[in-house]
Amino acid sequence: MAEKEVKLMKGNEVIAYAAIRYGCDGYFGYPITPQSEVMETLMELKPWETTGMVVLQAESEIASVNMLYGGAATGKRVMTSSSSPGVSLMSEGMSYLAGAELPCLIVNCQRGGPGLGTIQPSQGDYFQACKGGAHGDFHLIVLAPNSVQEMHDFVADAFDLAFKYRNPAMILADGAIGQMMEKVTLAPQRPRKTDAEIEEECKSWAIFGKTPDRPRNVITSLELRSEEMEKINLRLQAKYKAMEENEVRYEAIECDDADYVIVAFGSSARICSATVELARNEGLKVGLLRPITLYPFPTKPIAELAARGVKGFLSAELNAGQMVQDVKLAVNGVVPVEHYGRQGGSMFTPDEVLQALKDKIINRG
Amino acid sequence: MKETLIIAGFGGQGVLSMGKILAYAGVMQDYEVTWMPSYGPEMRGGTANVTVILSDKRISSPIAHEFDTAIILNQQSMDKFEPLVKAGGTLIYDVNGITRHPVRKDIKVYSINATEECAKLGNARLFNTMILGGYLKVCPVVSMDNVMEGLKKSLPERAWKMLPANEEAIRHGGEIIREL
Repeated sequence: MAEKEVKLMKGNEVIAYAAIRYGCDGYFGYPITPQSEVMETLMELKPWETTGMVVLQAESEIASVNMLYGGAATGKRVMTSSSSPGVSLMSEGMSYLAGAELPCLIVNCQRGGPGLGTIQPSQGDYFQACKGGAHGDFHLIVLAPNSVQEMHDFVADAFDLAFKYRNPAMILADGAIGQMMEKVTLAPQRPRKTDAEIEEECKSWAIFGKTPDRPRNVITSLELRSEEMEKINLRLQAKYKAMEENEVRYEAIECDDADYVIVAFGSSARICSATVELARNEGLKVGLLRPITLYPFPTKPIAELAARGVKGFLSAELNAGQMVQDVKLAVNGVVPVEHYGRQGGSMFTPDEVLQALKDKIINRG
Repeated sequence: MKETLIIAGFGGQGVLSMGKILAYAGVMQDYEVTWMPSYGPEMRGGTANVTVILSDKRISSPIAHEFDTAIILNQQSMDKFEPLVKAGGTLIYDVNGITRHPVRKDIKVYSINATEECAKLGNARLFNTMILGGYLKVCPVVSMDNVMEGLKKSLPERAWKMLPANEEAIRHGGEIIREL
């Protein structure tokens, strides 16, 4: 099975393949466009007959996220996927998962909102994904794939990070990445962890039936004593600080000599990489900084570019201006930062982004 | 080599499948490939389109603002995509249902009457492969062997009995396409 396999696949389909091959223990979900192919593909592949992975269509997104809570509490590698309105239904559960420090994977294949919105691609859930998205001070680890290959690769990366920090992780994709087909190299099949391996790995916190030789593990996000709750909050914040120090990932394209830098993630970043090509053909020194982790955000590399003499930044997003706030915090007023976006499921084209860069930054001097 | 192609028409004409066959053929030919569909309300009736990019280099944007080639199968798509063909590019259209024919002089324009030919054959399901054959005649971006391999991969095994008829449709499409 260790052969390198190149396939042509949709982003959503590859999530299913990647989950099985990573050795995921369980998927709980509820269908919604534009991510339904995740569960459809899992149902076709029937991993319960091969690796033993459970695939369950729950009665709702709320049920899915609470099944995730239950599965994660036992140290199993469990996941769900949905699209924007469905993810909103899961948001209470996400806060509980973060509060109980349960590692798991949530895939959001975003569509336009608010409300039921549209079924076309959007990046309107950046705030929701990166700023908590539910009550309480917490963060998800957020990875933003910009290709079908990264949809595949980030399943393993997200699980690894989730378990490293005992924190829910999210793959923040969108309808474009989910529905697009590209070539992808599939990882070899890994065996699912055995119960003994999970017990060894997670014995300090997970629940699998108390034995007399160790203290009881309790999974909860409830702590009524405020002094104790504050200690938990401080521990969570220390964990987030460690993520910010150790886990920032980004890609810098043509940034070394850039006068102007576009900041874009996911499908937008793919479009903007073509904007960089167009600009360079015109003799404009434009670069692209693509945050791969949206939380933790690549604040430092952006600040360094501003300090190095980049004259302006354009945050290109499929929303009304969300990530631009983090870019502004990173740049901290040193040079202008502007936003360009399309909304409602519309996407921009490479030349439109270049025009916006000229109008909003370059020609304003 | 880089070919940026839009295929646009009605849902049900096999627009997305045609793109898929080409994308698979591109993979067989060791190209980088993106297949970016309109998946919205379009696929539930109305217009549908897919952008297929084949390249020997890494593909940056899967979304394009101009196209090397446009394959146009209804009037709405003609209105929308004729202006987006690159100067010197190619526009191929099925004449059925077209009320306003292409007007641009700086592109190569080809017509194909696959609707009528398929009606003669009594098999409307060969429409998209016949159009594909016309396209491959004027833009031979992938080899016929790879197209047949792509066709096989994009069809479920139970439909493989349709392969010879589709191969014939591809060949016939190449014969009936006309330069204007």
